[in-house]
Amino acid sequence: MESVNQLQRKLADYTSSLYNENFLDEQFIQLQQLADESNPDFVVEVVSLFFEDSDRLLNELTKALNQPNVDFKKVDAHVHQLKGSSSSIGALRVQKICIAFRNYCEQQIVEGCLKCLQQVKNEYTLVKNKLETLFKLEKQLVDAGGSLPVV
Amino acid sequence: MGSLLRMNRLLSSIVDSCNCIIDPQLPADDLLMKYQYISDFFIALAYFSIPVELIYFVKKSAVFPYRWVLVQFGAFIVLCGATHLINLWTFNMHTRNVAIVMTTAKVLTALVSCITALMLVHIIPDLLSVKTRELFLKKKAAQLDREMGIIRTQEETGRHVRMLTHEIRSTLDRHTILKTTLVELGRTLALEECALWMPTRTGVELQLSYTLRHQNPVGLTVPIQLPVINQVFSTNRAVQISPNSPVAKLRPTGKYMPGEVVAVRVPLLHLSNFQINDWPELSTKRYALMVLMLPSDSARQWHVHELELVEVVADQVAVALSHAAILEESMRARDLLMEQNVALDLARREAEMAVRARNDFLAVMNHEMRTPMHAIIALSSLLQETDLTPEQRLMVETILKSSNLLATLINDVLDLSRLEDGSLQLDIVTFNLHALFGEVLNLIKPVASVKKLFVTLSLSADLPEYVIGDEQRLMQILLNIVGNAVKFSKEGSVSISAFAAKSDSLRDPRAPEFFAVASENHFYLRVQVKDTGIGINPQDIPNLFSKFTQSQALASTNSGGTGLGLAICKRFVNLMEGHIWIESEGLGKGSTAIFIIKLGIPGRSNESKLPFVAKLPANHMQMTFQGLKVLVMDDNGVSRMVTKGLLAHLGCDVTTVGSRDECLRVVTQEHKVVFMDVSMPGIDCYEVAVLIHERFGKRHGRPLIVALTGNTDRVTKENCMRVGMDGVILKPVSVDKMRSVLSELLEHGVVLES
Repeated sequence: MESVNQLQRKLADYTSSLYNENFLDEQFIQLQQLADESNPDFVVEVVSLFFEDSDRLLNELTKALNQPNVDFKKVDAHVHQLKGSSSSIGALRVQKICIAFRNYCEQQIVEGCLKCLQQVKNEYTLVKNKLETLFKLEKQLVDAGGSLPVV
Repeated sequence: MGSLLRMNRLLSSIVDSCNCIIDPQLPADDLLMKYQYISDFFIALAYFSIPVELIYFVKKSAVFPYRWVLVQFGAFIVLCGATHLINLWTFNMHTRNVAIVMTTAKVLTALVSCITALMLVHIIPDLLSVKTRELFLKKKAAQLDREMGIIRTQEETGRHVRMLTHEIRSTLDRHTILKTTLVELGRTLALEECALWMPTRTGVELQLSYTLRHQNPVGLTVPIQLPVINQVFSTNRAVQISPNSPVAKLRPTGKYMPGEVVAVRVPLLHLSNFQINDWPELSTKRYALMVLMLPSDSARQWHVHELELVEVVADQVAVALSHAAILEESMRARDLLMEQNVALDLARREAEMAVRARNDFLAVMNHEMRTPMHAIIALSSLLQETDLTPEQRLMVETILKSSNLLATLINDVLDLSRLEDGSLQLDIVTFNLHALFGEVLNLIKPVASVKKLFVTLSLSADLPEYVIGDEQRLMQILLNIVGNAVKFSKEGSVSISAFAAKSDSLRDPRAPEFFAVASENHFYLRVQVKDTGIGINPQDIPNLFSKFTQSQALASTNSGGTGLGLAICKRFVNLMEGHIWIESEGLGKGSTAIFIIKLGIPGRSNESKLPFVAKLPANHMQMTFQGLKVLVMDDNGVSRMVTKGLLAHLGCDVTTVGSRDECLRVVTQEHKVVFMDVSMPGIDCYEVAVLIHERFGKRHGRPLIVALTGNTDRVTKENCMRVGMDGVILKPVSVDKMRSVLSELLEHGVVLES
């Protein structure tokens, strides 16, 4: 059983790595600041909502891009939503790919869109895993009696 | 004689009849009788033929006014002839009938001849007068003929003049005009030779310029003061001159007799003769001389009308020449203007290109240079926070200082370019003036104490504590001026004094156009920074505020800086509607920098647009948000939740909606603020704003509308402003930002986001 200090250190290192590798940006810090006594699980709730939303959007995108006649307007709308959500929680890499994705949509290049879709899926999966790991670490710390670092 | 003969015959017949017995003893009388017989016969014949001839010829002629007389005359002559004829029968014995006829004839003849004689008394004078009238008419006819001849010649002349004039005036080229004149004159007047002498540039000689027929040696000149020339020049008539005068000696001397020569002056008018509204004056007395020579072998004389023609032509030539001169001038001026135009255009385009190039360069430089600079500065500061050995710390501090300086330089240059573009705007805030001066003093004291300079600050009592203006830039100006004072002083003191300027001290004799009028809401701050430094050469003072210029004395010392500092200060001061200048008594005598700027006085103006940036404690603001009812409209679930969390964290009572219709359904008067995400595609959020405005009116109590957007472009902002939104905030929003936005909204009713 790891000590609280060790766990704290582990959490801090993991968090720094997430920031350094641009999985998250300062928006995530802002989110963490919003958690207070009245809303302790705010971050988890928002992130879960993000996961649900993104799953749905990625499915829609896959379907839309596999049509013989691609409706770029719809695709663009979905990507816009995804971009908004990812920027709201600070998922920087996902957001960046969405920007490129939108460019391809505007120029109506199907291959570009498909490529971006694949990239987005990859990044999303990555960040999802990372966040889930983060939450697990946090839970471990809290269970061990420690307190989450104040942002 | 007839009567005698008749008497004779009568007697002889009586004799014969009385004495028939008498012998015919006169055979010689028969011959005489025969002659008389024949003569009578011929007389009768003549008498009869004369009237016939008369009648015949009168009938032939058309006009004969005296027909009656003719009849009378004819009758008279006929009767006379009849008498003579009848006489032929009376030589011998004749019957009584013949006698009767004879008597009748004689009586009639007597009658007619008497009447005719009487009539002739009246008629002959008439006839004679006809003759006189005829003579008179003949004379008149001759005179008319002469006059006709003159008129015709005059008309000819006029025609020639018109033709000549037309020819001369049909061209605007000087040489053509003169040549044409000579040719046409030569043709019209059938001249032997025609020549034109023009005055030389010096004006003391006449040079033979044009001749009609013969090539003359180039440069043939005569002095202008010859008496014959003066004579010609003194009158505007054509003057007949001697063929032997130098101007007429145009042909190689020969054996022939030269014909009559005439010379006339041709005035040469200049542009300067034409005063506005005046006729040209001929006072310049520049004339050319035209010499015309008649053919030598024709014995022709110069007639008056020919002389008149020559004079008229000379005048026309003068006019034509002046027109040509004017045209030349105007063409030359136009060409010059065109050239200048082209040059100016080129210069303008070059200048534009230069400006554009500079702007591009600056834009690039701004971004490209700032990025690494920020990296350097940020990382150096981070590095400072870590554990370092003293040497390392020193190195890092040097790096930091140098990079800060470099960043300042870059900012300076960028500022200047923005100032020049006019795109720089002052950030007007309310700030503490006294504190500002204190800060400047604190910043400069370390450097000054190193150089052992005394720095004193004196603020007058009438300076308000809080003022409205651009705090940052005022600090920049002060730092620059005071920094210069410290930089250029090796010893002594720097004194800073500031006071509220009175109207007399606002007037700087060097800047008479600077008018400063203090008013209720504004006052003018006057700051004087006096140093005991190296001073400034009076010649350099005008250039101080120009960019990049540094006097020799300064350049020799390692003063650093771009040379832009004072130029930027001047620009800032101008933006603050002020004036800045430097006085110095000379090198080594120190200098004083003075500037006056306009600042606002808070509390007196009713402008609510100025946000008050004061460092109030955070919880003061937080309390006002408790229970504040707000509405959030966003179609993205995640960002909706985030915004809600944000506002809830600040204590607001948040309602969320995901669509336009829902928003319109839910919004009430109680909602103080509506946060609207305007980056929703396909939904016209601006319409929602308009509808909300319509529903709740425009004044107090209506919900304030703030747009949240991820777009930084001006179009979005303009659209939001257009529909009357109260603010635009850029996503992502931090907690602090949201806090300040809400406080601004509640205090001023509007958010100003730069």
